[in-house]
Amino acid sequence: MRWRRSSQFAMAGMAILAVVACGGSSGGGGASPATLNIAFLPKAVNNPYFDVAASGGQEAASALNGQFKQVGPSEATGAAQIPFIQTLTQQNVSAIVVSADDPDAIAPALKQAMAKGIKVVGYDSSPAKDARNVFINQADSKGIGVVQVQMVCDEIPGCAGEIAVLSATSTATNQNAWIQAMKDELASNSKYSGLKLVKVAYGNDDPQISTTEAQALLTSYPNLKGIISPTTVGISAAAQVLEQTGKAGKVQLTGLGTPNLMRKYVKDGTCKEFALWNVKDLGYLAYYTAALLVQGKIKGNPGEKFTAGRLGDYTIDPNGVVLLGPPFVFKADNIDQLNF
Amino acid sequence: MSVRAIDSPSSSALSGRLGLERTLTLVARLREVGIVMVLLAVVAIVTIQAPLFFSVSNFEQILLNVSLIAIVAVGQTTVVLTRNVDLSVGSVVGLVAFATGDLLKEHSLGVAGAIAVGCLLGVGLGAFNGLLVAVAKVPAIVATLGTLYVYRGLDFLIAGGKQVSAIDLPRDYLGIASSTVLGVPTLIIAAALIALAAAYLLRNSGAGRQLYAIGSNPAAAEVVGIPTQRLIFGAFVVCGLCAGIAGVLWGSRFGSVNALAASGLELQVIAAVVVGGVNIFGGSGTVVGAVLGAVLLATIENALRILHLSEFWLLAIDGAIILLAVGTDAAIRGYFQRILVRTGRR
Repeated sequence: MRWRRSSQFAMAGMAILAVVACGGSSGGGGASPATLNIAFLPKAVNNPYFDVAASGGQEAASALNGQFKQVGPSEATGAAQIPFIQTLTQQNVSAIVVSADDPDAIAPALKQAMAKGIKVVGYDSSPAKDARNVFINQADSKGIGVVQVQMVCDEIPGCAGEIAVLSATSTATNQNAWIQAMKDELASNSKYSGLKLVKVAYGNDDPQISTTEAQALLTSYPNLKGIISPTTVGISAAAQVLEQTGKAGKVQLTGLGTPNLMRKYVKDGTCKEFALWNVKDLGYLAYYTAALLVQGKIKGNPGEKFTAGRLGDYTIDPNGVVLLGPPFVFKADNIDQLNF
Repeated sequence: MSVRAIDSPSSSALSGRLGLERTLTLVARLREVGIVMVLLAVVAIVTIQAPLFFSVSNFEQILLNVSLIAIVAVGQTTVVLTRNVDLSVGSVVGLVAFATGDLLKEHSLGVAGAIAVGCLLGVGLGAFNGLLVAVAKVPAIVATLGTLYVYRGLDFLIAGGKQVSAIDLPRDYLGIASSTVLGVPTLIIAAALIALAAAYLLRNSGAGRQLYAIGSNPAAAEVVGIPTQRLIFGAFVVCGLCAGIAGVLWGSRFGSVNALAASGLELQVIAAVVVGGVNIFGGSGTVVGAVLGAVLLATIENALRILHLSEFWLLAIDGAIILLAVGTDAAIRGYFQRILVRTGRR
């Protein structure tokens, strides 16, 4: 106990020294009032998606002269994230940017961090509302749902026929919200009256299961015209199944995916277009928002407005959420511009 | 079947033992017939409920899904026969899949070269398991639980956050999974050939029979001069090779590989082996049974999806089948053992 307190003093002392040193070196060029030592905690490391988000975080860090690091479990569970939050809290980082594996399980650990003055920003998947200062939402559910229905309608000749959804797990919060938005859009917009959603299948974000599910969709709905897969594992597994069963072009495929995983299938026409938010910008905005919180330039209160570097102006909504922007549609003519 | 066992004219202990062996072989064969009958029943019921299920293309898909699991199950059977188990097969498949994909991405070796390296890597990983179990005498369940994590850790280490996407893989390689020979998908043929070769060797070669002897009674096998250590080591190498073969085919089948590929595969494989009538305590069971077990589980999985039942049923039914299979085995074995003990005493 005594040791810990003295080490805290030591750390505080070092922090002061660092601030002084920093102020000295930047020579009055708008020195920040606090050091930016911001850590990203993704759902799991070894995941290309989060590595791209981290590259955006790094970009913001170098723009703001701050420090960036990413730590995280190899397995995407809330229980695995908790020790990382505790370690970061002990290390007294200035902010934790976290994608929650389990919003409630990690909430107590995050609250302890916040009690010590550490800022918490959620990205990709929000922690419980009272266990974060701000959540950066990659896309609103409605926008993501609508764009996917729009794409499948564009690709199916005459925009009429049976469609199916190949999702992640049946409990995935994001996917379920998007699927609900798709259903609402199909029911409310007369433009889509010819489309009939016959099945929502779950591939559990596992290539094997997604493959089996995609095959079962093709077998049990011989008149199927389109598949929407709002998950990267699902959409690439479905593309592979369409190619191997010779159904490419006969059954249209769209959804959410990453450019690298889908590049081959977009180029050979199996999947003509798919969407995703700009993952790098997500990391950039998350780091930037965390930095502004640390520097005290924003408090995280609803209605506050701020400018996030190259991305422009944002407003914090009544739920403490910042919306990144509309989803980005990838097609054959723009897919080579992005590499992640 | 029971009639023959009871009518065996012998009264000496030796012929009683022989009778037991013959009976157990019979039971094993009946077991395969039993699986085929359950399989036919499932097909019949599902076809009545959903006629779409009964099509050549659907059966082809089921067998394609089975092919990689079946190849791994062949290796696993070899190990389980010796009263051991290899829990690391999922990690071996994943590590080999990523390493092969990475080599193909770099275009440094060509398709054949990358496949050869992948298979060798599987052999190496299997040999390490074999050393731990056969030489260092670490219980297989602990040793391979350890390597399950170690191999997956290596996978994370070389993969990092990267993945191999379809665009990175040569067309020739991706073509393997979609190619056919005389109308039959190559993967299915490969799995069938591997299973038949292993079945023949286990049944007819000296080493194959000795693997059964080790599993039946390790101490006795040692006493009669069977090179137990070497054979157990060999069984793990064969298992690693099979997992390696499945690993090199993984990317072709699924089009992309990341560090999590094939995680959890070991449980599917062990389920297939156990449902297929391979005794988890070694000594009895066949490769053909294990492959049939894999086919049965995959058919039920496909059927549930086509019948639009929820995934929760799938897990429950898989579990029930395993319990039923093992329970039936135990009951039949117990029954015959009681009879033989009685006839032996007479």
